[in-house]
Formats: sequence, C-alpha cells, structure tokens
Amino acid sequence: MKKKSPAAADLDEARLRQQALGTKLRQMFDAVVNEPVPDDFLEILRRADEDKPEKER
Amino acid sequence: MNAPTRVETNGDLAEADRRDKAFRGELVALIPHLRAFARSLTGEPTSADDLAQDTMMKAWDARASFEMGTNMKAWTFMILRNQFYSEKRRSWRQSQLDQEAAERTLMAVDDPSSPVALNELRLGLAMLPSEQRESLVLVGAGGFSYEEAAAICECAVGTVKSRVSRARRALQAILDSGAYDRDGASASEAMGAIVAQAERLSGLK
Repeated sequence: MKKKSPAAADLDEARLRQQALGTKLRQMFDAVVNEPVPDDFLEILRRADEDKPEKER
Repeated sequence: MNAPTRVETNGDLAEADRRDKAFRGELVALIPHLRAFARSLTGEPTSADDLAQDTMMKAWDARASFEMGTNMKAWTFMILRNQFYSEKRRSWRQSQLDQEAAERTLMAVDDPSSPVALNELRLGLAMLPSEQRESLVLVGAGGFSYEEAAAICECAVGTVKSRVSRARRALQAILDSGAYDRDGASASEAMGAIVAQAERLSGLK
C-alpha cells in the first residue's frame, strides 16, 4: 500500500480537527437551544397580544 | 346586535387573527434559537436574553411585513443581528477587546459544570472579531447555508466564506495554544494572552 505524503497526512489531520471544532460549536449552540425558555419570554408576547385590541382595532 | 358593516370587518379580523396565531406559533418555536444566537453574540446570558426579547417584540410588531411561508428563522436572526449592532453603536463602550468587559465575559463563560472544552470554545469565540464570530456561528452551528448567512449579515457570500474560514483557523489556534488555563494563571493573565493571540490570528488572511 502506498504511504500518504506528509502533506496529505497534515491535510487529513487539519480536516479532523476542523470536524471536532464544528462538533463542539454545535454542542455549545444546541446546549442553549435545549435550555427551557424563561417564562418572561412568553409573558411578554402574551401581553403584546392583549394590547392589540386597543391599538389596532 | 351587530350592524351589517361590523360583520364584514369581523371576517377580516378573523383572518388576521388566524395569521397572527400562525405567526405567533412559529415565533415561539424560534425563541430557543434566538436565545442561542444572542448568547453567541453577547457572550453572556443576561444581556443575551434582553436582546432575544427585544428581537421577539420587534418581530411581533413587524409581523405584517413578514411573508408567511418564507424563512422566519433567517428573518428573525436578521432582526436580532441589527438590534445587536445598533445597541453596540449606541453604547459608550466601543472597544471590542475592552479588558474589563473581557474579564466579565471570562467569568460568565467559565461554567464549572460545563466541559472544559466548551468553556475554552466560548472564550475563544468571544475573542474573535464579531463579524467572524457571527458568520462562524450561523454556518457552523445555526444550520444556515453560506447564502442564508450572507442574507442575514447583509454581505456577499464570498465574504461569509472567508470570515468563516478565518474564524475557524483563529479559533483552532486559540484552542491549540492552551492559553486558557482554568487552574493556573489568573483570569486577566489568561485573557491578556488570548486577546493578544486572537488579535494576531484573526488579522491573518
């Protein structure tokens, strides 16, 4: 079997490291996505919806 | 009893209500993603949630201008990003690598319950120039294509590609250097080393 050139091996390693970085980046982002949404988010939206009749109707 | 004209208006209102409900449902489903994007921009949970809430309200107020069926995630991310930069411009603290702010970020990202690797990543990310950070997050974690990220950032596709690749290289180098040491050097020493390195690396073409 032909041995890979040092340059090609470096390229493979760089690719693997980039993949690992990508995985960690997604983990970090998904960790926040999976947090429960604080109640005040829905509360704010609910109040905005209730305000609507006076403002728009 | 309703007058006839009122009945007609009620029909329109029912239609508007249906549309609002659909919009609201989609918006609520996006809240976790808005929080995650905001956290990646501010690097810190409290101001990130303020930013995400402002975005949610802006999106709700602008719902009439949104075309249902198009990409609401990209639309809301664009609102969030614009909101982030307009607040940043208003802020008297202009310096991105302000030492005091950097240390507060370091404390905020250093969650002892989180794997060390993720804390390092958060810190490294916080040290990138914001346009590199946002491009990398949108493409590398947010699930957007280069084209969508370019639309969100209002720049050329090629610009996003080059920002993502520079961000990856700089981040990789920061992580490799091990400049961030949880048990060793003080926060500000570690931060100083990382800031210097991030400035150098992120400037590389």
